[in-house]
Amino acid sequence: MSQTTSADGLPGLEERAQRGPVLRKGIGVAPSGWFDPRGRAIGSWAFAANRITGLGLVFYLYLHLGVLSILLVGKSGWNDFVALATNIVFLGLDVLLLFGVLFHGLNGVRVALVGTGIVPDRQKALFWAFSVIGTLTLAYGAFRILGRA
Amino acid sequence: MQTATDQAAAGAAEATETRRFRGFRYKRGDKAPHFDTFDVPIEPRTTLLDAMKWIQLHRDASLMLRHSCYHASCGTCGVRVNGREVLLCVTAVHDLGLEITVEPVANIPVLTDLVVDMEEFYARFPDQHPYVRESEFNAAASTPDGIAAYVRYEDCIECGLCLSACPIPATTDRYVGPAALAAAQRMLEEPRGADVADLLDWADEPDGVWRCHAAFECTEACPSNVNPAARIMALRGALVGGALVIPDRVEEMR
Repeated sequence: MSQTTSADGLPGLEERAQRGPVLRKGIGVAPSGWFDPRGRAIGSWAFAANRITGLGLVFYLYLHLGVLSILLVGKSGWNDFVALATNIVFLGLDVLLLFGVLFHGLNGVRVALVGTGIVPDRQKALFWAFSVIGTLTLAYGAFRILGRA
Repeated sequence: MQTATDQAAAGAAEATETRRFRGFRYKRGDKAPHFDTFDVPIEPRTTLLDAMKWIQLHRDASLMLRHSCYHASCGTCGVRVNGREVLLCVTAVHDLGLEITVEPVANIPVLTDLVVDMEEFYARFPDQHPYVRESEFNAAASTPDGIAAYVRYEDCIECGLCLSACPIPATTDRYVGPAALAAAQRMLEEPRGADVADLLDWADEPDGVWRCHAAFECTEACPSNVNPAARIMALRGALVGGALVIPDRVEEMR
């Protein structure tokens, strides 16, 4: 865009040369970024959930490494942790972890199938197909995990 | 049975229905944008563009917006309404709720009110190739069987709604965006003698076809059924496998 400066001597030119605001997603002036899919279609919900579960899995990886370091303390420390980890709250978190793994993994397969041009315009059908697979697997997994309580 | 007088009375009652519009306002030099509120009388077939023009005529002549054709052909009246991308001229007010928020499209700098700087939209297209082709008669292009399978890129009306709906510009301004990538795919699909050898290289960049993270909002927002998301995915298919962008049947049309 051509920029006119106040050197031309006309009032208001400096203001006119200013770059206007660039709006982002979300309702209203405040930017809500990629993680706000409200009012959007299923693809955006999957996109946002994929990123959020991805961040969650990275967090879990480091948490997992930290927890394994309890083994360095010795047998009794590990046994104490295992007793705590079979608490219903921890088992509930395990189910949440399973959801994150299933969603992120299955959505990754969906995006790969679409993104490699194999089925470039079947993203919605794949979403619902993988949702059925994921839900059944999650239900079975939750049954097994919570059965340990 | 309803009489003509009753029907006229019902019509008058419908005409007195109002909707509250929250219009995005920004003028150069303003410290920050704000919203102005307008109560607008509507009828069952009032479009958003009708309502905006009513505001201009009866409430605030300084409200700026772009529009031209009134029938979804020119792509100039694209805005965001209640958070979704629409064309003002073909969107009925009646179904949008009692309060309607109208903003300029996202991810393109605002010039004033609902008007954005489309130069920044067009700057994303590959320089070396025309993204709008002149109409032409191609004698070799006999209508093949299964013509419904051909979705012409020329359907694109360059409204910018796909770029506005895409979540990726919330994290980077460098992504070329769905419209430009769909244009490139369209050129590859049907080059009509143009030299397009470098187009795949243009698309094969971190901020090109690989920056798309598959939210598919561009296709949801497109008012012209261009399906940019599938075109981006077809470009990727061509880059990873080299086989899917140009179906065999299109070979006949070259």
